[in-house]
Amino acid sequence: MERPLTQHIPENGAALHLREYEAVGGYTALRKALRDMEPAQVGALVKDANLKGRGGAGFATGVKWSFVPMNVPGPKYLIANADEMEPGTFKDRWLLEGNPHQLLEGMIIAAYAIQATDAFVFLRWAYKDAAREMRRAIADAYTAGYLGKNILGSAFSLEMQLHTGVGRYMCGEETALLNSLEGKRATPRAKPPFPQVSGLFGKPTIVNNVETLSWISHIVNNGEAWFKSLSYTADGGTKIYGVSGRVNKPGAWELPMGITMRELLEEHAGGMRNGYRFRGALPGGASTDFLTDAHLDVKMDFAGVAAAGSRLGTGTMVVLDDHTCPVGFVHNLEHFFAQESCGFCTPCREGLPWTEKILWSLENGTGEPADLELLERHTKLLGPGNTFCALAPGAMEPLQSALKYFREDFEQHIKEKKCPYAHHQH
Amino acid sequence: MLSAIEIEKITHELQQVPVKKAACIEALKIVQQERRWVSDESVADIAAMLEMSTAEVDSVATFYNLIFRQPVGRHVILLCDSISCYVMGYTVLRQRLHEILLIGYGQTTADERFTLLPNACLGTCDHAPALMIDDDLYRDIQPADLEQILEKYH
Ligand SMILES: Cc1cc2nc3c(=O)[nH]c(=O)nc-3n(C[C@H](O)[C@H](O)[C@H](O)COP(=O)(O)O)c2cc1C
Ligand code: SF4
Ligand code: FES
Repeated sequence: MERPLTQHIPENGAALHLREYEAVGGYTALRKALRDMEPAQVGALVKDANLKGRGGAGFATGVKWSFVPMNVPGPKYLIANADEMEPGTFKDRWLLEGNPHQLLEGMIIAAYAIQATDAFVFLRWAYKDAAREMRRAIADAYTAGYLGKNILGSAFSLEMQLHTGVGRYMCGEETALLNSLEGKRATPRAKPPFPQVSGLFGKPTIVNNVETLSWISHIVNNGEAWFKSLSYTADGGTKIYGVSGRVNKPGAWELPMGITMRELLEEHAGGMRNGYRFRGALPGGASTDFLTDAHLDVKMDFAGVAAAGSRLGTGTMVVLDDHTCPVGFVHNLEHFFAQESCGFCTPCREGLPWTEKILWSLENGTGEPADLELLERHTKLLGPGNTFCALAPGAMEPLQSALKYFREDFEQHIKEKKCPYAHHQH
Repeated sequence: MLSAIEIEKITHELQQVPVKKAACIEALKIVQQERRWVSDESVADIAAMLEMSTAEVDSVATFYNLIFRQPVGRHVILLCDSISCYVMGYTVLRQRLHEILLIGYGQTTADERFTLLPNACLGTCDHAPALMIDDDLYRDIQPADLEQILEKYH
């Protein structure tokens, strides 16, 4: 089983430095692209490979790049989204800390494909080790001639900057990220115009996730057929999956796209801890719908998880066990979303704190039967199409599915006027 | 007044950006690095340097979780309160921290040693529960470990 993205990451968790990266074929794809390929050919190859974005939405990367107008003068930008603040998500950290040059090489090739002049890594504040490694990798890449003017003697030049954020989940939303890079509050922008046409400082801009960009050199080196062959399903490649919660071996693994939830949980995460039973999981981070034990054979690819009523999201699963209160679990999630709402549009600004309050009262035994209907209504009012960005609809996904799958728990809180799980207080 | 170092660092940032405003977050970070927090006076100083209104700089400063608009202690404890840490027992850690430090969230100990803040997912959910003190990440924490961890910070 091939693990292109992670196979060279040292076991001890240290970063693969430039010489080591070069020794395992690093920067050969960049040489190949600059020497043998037109920018449009690189884009076409990524499109043919059907690489789908690993940041949550799963949009086809090559298609996104193709929206960049190629005949306009002036700067163009490429940004690696390394904000990774979705609770339950920790996959990009592995790539950032372990193989920073793989990301840089992917970024340089992607920048070549769209003829970008400047590139940025937008890195979250908490990733101190990643910041150190990225800073070093960027400096080494400049010294080696992979960045700067006339890269490897070609006509292509690129400047690269590391930007560390100051903590806000919204910075990961691509248009809010642009505002933050411009020194402003991280509120989202209206689309259209799309960033590909008018992004950072009004110039054409591509924002891609770290895992997405880490693929580019491999696709250039090995081709689209190879990329597709790595997967069990129609969505090509491998995926970095993760599991957290009360399992025996929480962690992250690079596995063929389309592995089942059961295999992930039982073989890789080592099953549930002794004394705990699996009740459900958010398959792809905090803003995805619960799946339950009825879904264990669901294939963890974009279409498979969608058909089961959820989203692959970031592919990092959070497990709910039978000692953890589902109402408390969802309350924790809604607290996060209410805190991190940018406050820009009314349904989200008002609706999320209201949702949180209702869940708080349920947990504390003062909930009423009408509350469940009120929560249901919120899931519709804050759902897709009613808010300015995807934060609020994302916040409603775990709630709506919890109301569906764990309804009896909600009702029990109201009936007994207390949390039936309180004696399990961790 | 901004110090000579702050002015030098902010001037350097200004050279990296096409419009002055774009250096706003970096300027706030620079001041905070020097003084641990960003006072009203500093907000006004940054505004003057970047040719922005104080209200505009303040609106940026208050938007971000990790720009501190109030004094903080010598060490800032960021306790992850997100979902994997919730499942793995962060509430017990919070309780223990309150008991040991005798402060709640957002407060600073009387000796100005620690400020305690909640923080969203630290991206190390497979090693939950987790917390950060200054630049140091602690993972898989047991409540009994806390006192020993805190001892390292004076
Ligand atoms: C509130 C919010 C937060 C997001 N955070 C991230 C993030 O931290 N990292 C990321 O790659 N994408 C994040 N996204 C998705 C981005 O908007 C965007 O779709 C993604 O970076 C595109 O990259 P991809 O096409 O390679 O997946 C977030 C979206 C929303 C609505
Ligand atoms: S949905 Fe929420 S986070 Fe998104 S723009 Fe509206 S208020 Fe801001
Ligand atoms: S939930 Fe605490 S580190 Fe992710």
